[in-house]
Amino acid sequence: MKTIHTDEIIPVVERLCMEANYFLGDDMVAALKSAAAAEENPAGADILRRLVENAEIARSEEVPMCQDTGMAIIFAEVGQDLHVEGTGLTEAINQGVRQGYAKGYLRKSVVKDPTLNRVNTGDNTPAIIHYDIVPGDELKITLASKGFGSENMGGIKMCKPSEGLDGVINFVVDTVDKAGGNPCPPIVVGVGVGGDLEKCAILAKKALLRSVGEHNPDLEWSRVEDDILERINKLGIGPQGLGGTQTALAVFIETYPTHIAGMPVAVNINCHSARHKEAVLKGRDA
Amino acid sequence: MAGEIMLQTPLTQDKVKKLKAGDAVLISGTIYTGRDAAHKKMVEALARGEELPFEVKDQIIYYVGPSPEKPGKPIGSAGPTTSYRMDSYAPKLIALGQTGMLGKGWRAPEVIDAMKESGAVYFAAMGGAGAYIAKCIKAAEIIAYPELGPEAVRKLTVENLPAIVAIDAQGNNIYELGKAKYRRA
Repeated sequence: MKTIHTDEIIPVVERLCMEANYFLGDDMVAALKSAAAAEENPAGADILRRLVENAEIARSEEVPMCQDTGMAIIFAEVGQDLHVEGTGLTEAINQGVRQGYAKGYLRKSVVKDPTLNRVNTGDNTPAIIHYDIVPGDELKITLASKGFGSENMGGIKMCKPSEGLDGVINFVVDTVDKAGGNPCPPIVVGVGVGGDLEKCAILAKKALLRSVGEHNPDLEWSRVEDDILERINKLGIGPQGLGGTQTALAVFIETYPTHIAGMPVAVNINCHSARHKEAVLKGRDA
Repeated sequence: MAGEIMLQTPLTQDKVKKLKAGDAVLISGTIYTGRDAAHKKMVEALARGEELPFEVKDQIIYYVGPSPEKPGKPIGSAGPTTSYRMDSYAPKLIALGQTGMLGKGWRAPEVIDAMKESGAVYFAAMGGAGAYIAKCIKAAEIIAYPELGPEAVRKLTVENLPAIVAIDAQGNNIYELGKAKYRRA
């Protein structure tokens, strides 16, 4: 058994908020550069080059690459042999988000009530936190800043099993087609297949934590990722939806067993500011 | 980008008429910001017979909610937000003479009808290029609804802010034209 105090967790979350928003991943920068070289629409290629420049400005000046610095989505993997002392893990994570968004000059984009009282909470909390209990004595925190231009364009469909693989592919491609330029293409597409209503949605979000170039370990699903990417890039949407061949940079699929009567599919779209950073915290001997 | 059109505000009708869907422009001059909550407040003010916080005739409204500015900078990151959320409000402002909207993504047919009727242009800014666009904003001042924070109405002074004419005053739409040109499905 190891121990960690929440005072050690707060500054880590604070740092992740800032790093996620200032420093676009190397995988995304490389993917944007490749897309700029491949884009057939000259205006689209120009946009892609400027997006690379945007990422460089954000990195060098330590300013957010996008003004929508998102809701803070956290995936926390808590080792079952780790004891957390202090204020409580959820409160510690929220305190880290509060400090990160304040000190990092990040936009506060959370309202208190979704419908009846849309007043800004002022500190970008609460975060959305997904916990997993895992073997070991470490705490792994992955933070994704998720903007809602892209989040609003996602969807879920409780497909019939008889729809098969075509049903999955068509739903993903249709969702991206309908979204057009709204989610800031070139996009990254997260797909969850299986589980139940909420499980497939969480899988779709979790899929977005992968780096461009990482595939589903299952060879058949990996091929489906490639097929969907090819189909999406034939839609003509292009960078910013102004027409072109580079609509998506990657498709990531995560799956889970499901019920004999169902085949849920969720699509979670990420914009080109695909922001996620992680940290692993080690406990001390108790 | 070659062949960009230098566009100075105010965006008067003679300038509106010359812009065609697909044109690349560099916008300079004064523009105003407003997104969901500010549009709601402005349209509610009109319904009560009150004045708007600024004269919208011949002006461009930029759909943006910037991040907080770091010390010494006029504004934080400031890329466009998705425009369709303003669709239910935009025709009322276009009817009052607003000639430009700057945002990203498609618009409702009612907005395009209003643009054709009154003479207005919809520009697409580079979505997600918040740090890049901030460099084109030289001054920013909150002029209304400060309680809305990032959604407050700001008066911006911009220099060479890059945008594409997405929908022109004749209703030509680059989102449709561009997609059709490159669609292989």
